[in-house]
Amino acid sequence: MLVFTGRRLLQAVPILLGVSLVIFGLVHIAPGNPIDMLMPPEASPEVIAQMKAAYGFDRPLHMQYLLWLGRALTGDFGVSVFNSAPVLGQLLTALGNTLVLALLAALLGFSLGIALGLVAALNHGRWPDKVLSAVATTGVSLPHYWFAIVLVLTFAVFRDWLPAQGMGDDSLPLWQRLDHVVLPVVTLSLIPMGVIGRLVRATVLEILGQEFVGALTAKGLTRGPVLRHIIKNAAPPVLALMGLQFGYLLGGSILIETVFNWPGTGNLLNLAIFRRDIPVLQATILVLASFFVLLNLLVDIAQAAIDPRIRR
Amino acid sequence: MSAALQQHAALDPRDRGGPAQPLLAVSGLRKHFPIRGGLLNRQVATVQAVDDVSFSVAKGETLGVVGESGCGKSTTARLLMQLMRPDAGSIVFDGDEVGAQDGIGVQDLRRQMQMVFQDSYSSLNPRLAMVDSIAYAPRMHGLPARQATQRAEELLMQVGLNPALFARRYPHELSGGQRQRVNIARALALEPRLVILDEAVSALDKSVEAQVLNLLAELKARLNLTYLFISHDLNVVEYISDRVLVMYLGRVVEAGPVEQIYGRPRHPYTRALLASKPTLDPDRRTTVLPLAGDPPNPINPPSGCRFRTRCPYAQPRCAEVVPPLGPPMDALSGAGGGHIVACIVPEAQAGTEIRHVA
Amino acid sequence: MSDIANPDALAALVSGQAAMPAQPATGYWSAVWRRLRRDPVTILVTLVMLAIVLMAVFAPWLTSYDPYAGSVLRRLKPIGTPGHWLGTDETGRDLWTRLAYGARLSLLAGIAPVLAALMVGGLLGVVAGFMGGLVGTLIMRTMDVFYAFPSILLAIAICGLLGNGLTNSMIALSVVFIPPMVRIAETVTTQTRHLDFVEAARASGTTTLQIIRHHVLSNVLGPILVYATSLISLSIILSAGLSFLGLGVTPPEPEWGLMLNSLRQAIYVQPYVAALPGLMIFITSMCFNLMSDGFRSAMDVRLSK
Repeated sequence: MLVFTGRRLLQAVPILLGVSLVIFGLVHIAPGNPIDMLMPPEASPEVIAQMKAAYGFDRPLHMQYLLWLGRALTGDFGVSVFNSAPVLGQLLTALGNTLVLALLAALLGFSLGIALGLVAALNHGRWPDKVLSAVATTGVSLPHYWFAIVLVLTFAVFRDWLPAQGMGDDSLPLWQRLDHVVLPVVTLSLIPMGVIGRLVRATVLEILGQEFVGALTAKGLTRGPVLRHIIKNAAPPVLALMGLQFGYLLGGSILIETVFNWPGTGNLLNLAIFRRDIPVLQATILVLASFFVLLNLLVDIAQAAIDPRIRR
Repeated sequence: MSAALQQHAALDPRDRGGPAQPLLAVSGLRKHFPIRGGLLNRQVATVQAVDDVSFSVAKGETLGVVGESGCGKSTTARLLMQLMRPDAGSIVFDGDEVGAQDGIGVQDLRRQMQMVFQDSYSSLNPRLAMVDSIAYAPRMHGLPARQATQRAEELLMQVGLNPALFARRYPHELSGGQRQRVNIARALALEPRLVILDEAVSALDKSVEAQVLNLLAELKARLNLTYLFISHDLNVVEYISDRVLVMYLGRVVEAGPVEQIYGRPRHPYTRALLASKPTLDPDRRTTVLPLAGDPPNPINPPSGCRFRTRCPYAQPRCAEVVPPLGPPMDALSGAGGGHIVACIVPEAQAGTEIRHVA
Repeated sequence: MSDIANPDALAALVSGQAAMPAQPATGYWSAVWRRLRRDPVTILVTLVMLAIVLMAVFAPWLTSYDPYAGSVLRRLKPIGTPGHWLGTDETGRDLWTRLAYGARLSLLAGIAPVLAALMVGGLLGVVAGFMGGLVGTLIMRTMDVFYAFPSILLAIAICGLLGNGLTNSMIALSVVFIPPMVRIAETVTTQTRHLDFVEAARASGTTTLQIIRHHVLSNVLGPILVYATSLISLSIILSAGLSFLGLGVTPPEPEWGLMLNSLRQAIYVQPYVAALPGLMIFITSMCFNLMSDGFRSAMDVRLSK
């Protein structure tokens, strides 16, 4: 187990390096010099040269990369070219806001998905199975940014039950502003619910079809212990998918955050793109991707802890 | 030597060295597989799948190869077909060394040597109809499509399948025996001289197995073939083989004419193997102890004689020297028809009753 | 093989054949077709899909309006307005016209990346799976790096940095879809490569290229095609999403995601009209999803045994 954990940790290092290289590379493939886009067109060449030196853009490419990476490792992502505030501070605030949504959406989506999948599998072929499978398929086919708009229409436009946008009054603690959370969380939970629901259904059906479950029932075990067996065997693949989905919730909420004007990482990213704020852009993508890698790592290790067959 | 040899060997225009020259001569064949593991995926051990294996196959004979699973039979077959590169050793086909400067190339070898695999299903492409599977190799060798198809249909008939019924069928629409007939036809499509049958009938039902064995014998006589017949089934090997090779943990422990090996085995492993063979004849029940346990791990095989850990006759010096293959100790020089055995303990070769020391 | 033609030998061999059942020989694809025909849901969604495609192709014949020309006087008319049965958008353009024309770019932006990824990813995967070794490891480890990004994030990162526009959005989505395609192709190729029939083909002197062409591709194609059809649904959602963010197709082109974005400001005035472009995205993605499910179960070889 220790060897497995160690090996997985070692494998994550080159991937993280590759991720940083891709992000750095994308900025430099992008048309136009990052500095030129920041400067007003009437800026004098001296001022441009000065800016380039200040941001380190006058050095050779590989030096720029190493410099950027070295600083990033210590948490120094530079300052935003838009408002000159340190990137790290903005990023942490945004990350916190995104995390609130992601955690709540994961909680809702995963529990609904598991319940849905279990009920469907245990009623295989009957109407609950068909209805729930249809719901799950709809969940994964839905353009969730559109669904968000439909929810806003229903609960904020036709009825004035819930706020349509934003996080509410900053001076109040979060638990007093939970009404702002409801619509984005419901929207975000839809995809994990559908995906997890489908997988749970398929996995449980497969396990139910295996001989050992029949043997357990034949031994006179009641529904409770049999169910426990099913859960133990279905856990590793479901867990893996949950990790993946949580990563998507963290890194993929940009569309939903845009619809609800939620000040999270997605919103930050969106703003950074339209402001050509390269330091913010690089830092946000790097941090989100690193989260995703580490999350996958954790899932792998957790899976191996549950199922010794994976540990090789 | 079999009668088939004198009868047909001279008829083949591809024959080079005459009937006395072995069709296949293998010497010092070796294949070790590295096992990787640990934090940095370093090589931590070696599986000695095939270790210093030498034998020859005479023209027109059937050489049976027996041994428990994991003894290196199938690896040997794949090495011969050049599906894997051997670590060491030479393969000489009718006088020409494979891969040598003035020898025979791999491509030429594969036209003269073909193989039938154990799993009849996975050895056929599920997306190809039977006739296309058989015609595939000749087409790759430049035969026009129409002629290749025609030959494939002729071959289907040769192996006892009516082309009108079977030509356009797919693997999942055939029974195991029918599929294996197709595989034999496929192997014959390039008109090989030597066919390696790797557990080719092992997965079949007993009644089907007998039919396929008869088909093999018939084809051999008709097409002047030489067989290398690999199987764990001792009864089948006894039925079809002229000579038998016994392998244990990647090494040859005994070889000789089938009557000699089955009638008077010299190696304690061969004897134990034969004792485990099911028989209905009360007179032939032996008193030899059957083999206990599984074969030792090929990753770290015992030193010296590899069988010593399961051998009732084992002595301290069995651990020290690798026993060489040689004629049985009790045989008169020149007698025995090429019977060879790798054992250094006279009592073990003779099969003397073991005194159980407490 | 002179004696193959020997009639006596043949008769003797074939006579043992009489006991075998005489079935009509059937191929793999005809079995797939037979199963598809018995699946009403798949047939229905395929028909809907076909209708959407026809709508895209024949858009000019389905409307008398110009998709680009609007009028301030006709802004944001509700559904059911005479002459504009689906209403008008925020600049007074006929919504039905925009939706019909919009199908063109929406389908293109959704399907083209999947096709590109299918070709590039399939090729890389087959190469990685067949060659293994250093080349295989290099390809697979590079893909692992791209796997480290959540797909939307990667698409947005590429699009955001390369600049908006239809081409960049298609490039971004292709890059997103290549890694999973490579993985599937690599897995199937590795499995196929070790099957006995590939060994048998090698043993009869078939070259590597011929083996890939005749044996590996035919077996790899099924799984990656099925996967590709399931990706189209996601691809349509994502490409419309990029446009929705302003990263894809640029105004005034008709495209569903972009239309959804610009109509978003009008949800208080004409809520139903504002929701229509999203409904089109939903229907299209749903159809592709169900179609993919239908084809997947019809193509499952195990069922045919």
